[in-house]
Amino acid sequence: MKLNLKVWRQKDRESQGKLVDYVLEDLNPHMSFLEMLDTLNERLILAGDEPVEFDHDCREGICGQCGMMINGIAHGPLQNTTTCQLHLRSFTNNETIFIEPFRSQAFPIKRDLRVDRSAFDRIISSGGFVSTNTGQAPDAHALPISHQVTEAAFDSAACIGCGACVATCKNSSAALFTSAKINHLVLLPQGKEERQERVIRMVEQMDAEEFGHCSNTEACEVECPQGISVLNIARMNYEYNRALTRRK
Amino acid sequence: MNLDAKIPEGSLEQKWENFKKTAKLVNPANRKKLEVIVVGTGLAGSSIAASLAEMGYQVKAFCFQDSPRRAHSVAAQGGVNAAKNYKNDGDSVYRMFVDTLKGGDFRAREANVYRMAECSLNLIDQAVAQGVPFGREYGGYLNNRSFGGVQVSRTFYARGQTGQQLLLGAYQALMRQVGKGAVKLYSRHEMLDLVLIDGKARGIIVRNLDTGVLERHAGHAVILATGGYGKIYYLSTLAMGCNGSAIWRAHKKGALMASPSWIQIHPTSLPQSGDYQSKLTLMSESLRNDGRIWVPLKTDETRNPNDIPENERDYYLERRYPAFGNLAPRDISSRAAKERIDAGFGIGPLKNAVYLDFAKAIKEQGRSKIEEKYGNLFDMYRKITGFDAYEEPMMISPSAHFSMGGLWVDYELMTTVPGLFALGEANFADHGANRLGANSLLQASVDGYFIAPYTVANYLSGDIHTGKIDDQHPEFDKAQAAVEANLKKLLAIGGNKTVDYYHKTLGKILYDYCGLARNEAGLKGAIVEIRKLREDFYKNVKIPGDSIAMNSELEKAGRVSDYLEIGELMCFDALSRNESCGAHFREEYQTAEGEAMRNDAEFQFISAWEWAGAGADPVLHKEELTFEVLKPIVRSYK
Ligand SMILES: Cc1cc2nc3c(=O)[nH]c(=O)nc-3n(C[C@H](O)[C@H](O)[C@H](O)COP(=O)(O)OP(=O)(O)OC[C@H]3O[C@@H](n4cnc5c(N)ncnc54)[C@H](O)[C@@H]3O)c2cc1C
Ligand code: SF4
Ligand code: FES
Repeated sequence: MKLNLKVWRQKDRESQGKLVDYVLEDLNPHMSFLEMLDTLNERLILAGDEPVEFDHDCREGICGQCGMMINGIAHGPLQNTTTCQLHLRSFTNNETIFIEPFRSQAFPIKRDLRVDRSAFDRIISSGGFVSTNTGQAPDAHALPISHQVTEAAFDSAACIGCGACVATCKNSSAALFTSAKINHLVLLPQGKEERQERVIRMVEQMDAEEFGHCSNTEACEVECPQGISVLNIARMNYEYNRALTRRK
Repeated sequence: MNLDAKIPEGSLEQKWENFKKTAKLVNPANRKKLEVIVVGTGLAGSSIAASLAEMGYQVKAFCFQDSPRRAHSVAAQGGVNAAKNYKNDGDSVYRMFVDTLKGGDFRAREANVYRMAECSLNLIDQAVAQGVPFGREYGGYLNNRSFGGVQVSRTFYARGQTGQQLLLGAYQALMRQVGKGAVKLYSRHEMLDLVLIDGKARGIIVRNLDTGVLERHAGHAVILATGGYGKIYYLSTLAMGCNGSAIWRAHKKGALMASPSWIQIHPTSLPQSGDYQSKLTLMSESLRNDGRIWVPLKTDETRNPNDIPENERDYYLERRYPAFGNLAPRDISSRAAKERIDAGFGIGPLKNAVYLDFAKAIKEQGRSKIEEKYGNLFDMYRKITGFDAYEEPMMISPSAHFSMGGLWVDYELMTTVPGLFALGEANFADHGANRLGANSLLQASVDGYFIAPYTVANYLSGDIHTGKIDDQHPEFDKAQAAVEANLKKLLAIGGNKTVDYYHKTLGKILYDYCGLARNEAGLKGAIVEIRKLREDFYKNVKIPGDSIAMNSELEKAGRVSDYLEIGELMCFDALSRNESCGAHFREEYQTAEGEAMRNDAEFQFISAWEWAGAGADPVLHKEELTFEVLKPIVRSYK
């Protein structure tokens, strides 16, 4: 099949970027989207041009490193799918595809389609953990946790930290990412000890990173490859208000 | 060279206790004077970095991804083993030790294997305390499943994301220390060389992958937790960036490489569908709990699998290994698949796959039960292939997956370079010639949480009066200059073939001659071919761009240049071992029924290779293995 690509090229953070046209022919519809970019890069390299820089690693939808806006949609047209799991069969022959980076004030562009998502790491280091040191744990069965609670915690813990929620949000809010971690931990008995400090610190860090405020458009849930529910955000707001009222 | 594994005194059960009792300690006031470099933030790296920082050491942690949470441990689906015996089905530390040693075909150290089984108990406790949401039963207690090569249920899991959930636990512990300033984190930094001062590991040279700038980092000890190098085959279940470069560059500085050719080829990955393909996605082995593997009895079968009647199917694992059936260990399952595919019974457009069928399980247990157990895997299968595995069998095939080989380490996980440790998949230690499913998340974790904190401290106790290591030492100048020269050399070639071309070609040579089956002529030929390919690489590879900027092609070129050397060593290793054991199947050494023939009289040792310089043949050293508790037996899963 044939595709007409419009790819965002930007040398570095300071430079101006622009969309550049490339036409690829003879593509196999079973190719993955990233393999299509590999093919483009191979062509560029052999022609003496610089290849397109894009983020990826596991190529199986779990590391959260890949991510781009494809025709304006984070991770492309398929629901609950990362960019690396998208295949050309989701596009039509001769289609024009716009490929751009995840954009947000808090995710500065490094080069081409690569952005800096280290703000997410800083949100986690502000409180997204249980404060337990190696070697302190009691026997795992000392604390039974119901099947339902574990499954609910898992649903939140499934976030892969890709940043699609931020990129898709008109406010560039990181509420879905942050709330998923808060909920994962607060649902479990181990995480309850620190629930107050955790939510306050993480929300403050989120604001300090210049992510926008959530205005409940729920666009994030639609684009999230892991299907993280916006109910996490509601629960985070509850936790935050609860913590504020109990703060001494 | 005398390879002393430093196994502690005492009975098997007492050895680790004895080590801990007599290990040297560093008092808390001195710890903050000692700096440790940890390369890698997977389960092994994150856990040791967090643990050392909690104890009070100064830690620097490095990874090439843009966040430590993306280390390839994240991709493990199936589960993690622990001898908790929560199922009351007769499990114990001893039984896990037996299964692991036997699964590894008696090519691992008894003491190491026993310690891993012993530490497995605490790992589950640790992970639960961190908030890892392992699957639970309705009563609230932890659930287990069964994995290949064992007859008990000892595998803990978190849906199909055990690796990501365990890694998040370790990552969060790491980020907690980063927040406290106890760990300095360097994401998107790749280690390009090891620095030795007076024969001891004292630092590394890294390249900032976003800017291309080289940096020096000094420390009292260096820990490599850089994962596996199975990506050397190009098509593999590993991530695109997985590499052997950190351990290889340490190897060239004196650390011996053990059993480099022992690479596990996993039986259940998705088959290759074209030459554009960049990876083979793993379908968790846990699927073999309920899926049945078969091929048609006829070679040129064209019918849809659902239309092929039972009596025209060959459930070859159930036929050949009735006791274990579809849960036969990986090496055996992969080889059995290759045997059927090579004999012309393969299915799919390229005739390179076998069926994994859930029809019986769905009929017996109901679709919702299967959905609950494997829903995400079936979803993944549909996303990648476009097919619905609830309706028709999956198509699977073997794929390079895990490196049992790696840097040689002693019982303390220290390499032959003083002060250089190797943890997790980067070392060779616990799995022998074949790793059992769900044992490597375990190994990576216990290396980092429970073993290295003691053994690294034991080493550091000798450094409390050393003072800060100076990164302006002439050895750092020398190492940095060499790295710079190497990058320049690569960029200057300016040929006409891409880095991927060389990687794919090397991968094909290794699959054909140093993969599931090996023989003398093939391996000798492969060595010649790899040498030719390497020569061609240095003449004709084309790398665009500059070294002082982000440059993915330059990163890949560095990794592939190392692979071109590692591949050659793998062939030497496979060639020198005239027996079949675990993943190493030499066609000359098999029984009339096609089963592996181990040769304990001559090959009951670990091969540890020394770098002899560019162009020279590597030098073999042997660590003899002795079995005091469990006498080697022929591995039978019939
Ligand atoms: C698809 C898949 C599924 C698996 N499933 C299971 C399972 O179900 N159960 C099980 O027990 N095992 C499983 N395994 C094996 C297991 O996941 C790995 O062996 C284990 O996670 C390795 O952990 P690690 O910490 O040693 O390395 P990794 O997690 O691979 O981490 C390596 C780290 O090193 C860094 N690094 C590498 N090179 C450099 C360099 N040159 N410079 C700087 N940093 C570097 C990387 O950035 C990364 O942080 C699976 C493996 C794969 C590939
Ligand atoms: S919440 Fe979803 S979209 Fe946002 S980072 Fe997590 S996985 Fe990605
Ligand atoms: S590359 Fe890992 S999620 Fe896409």
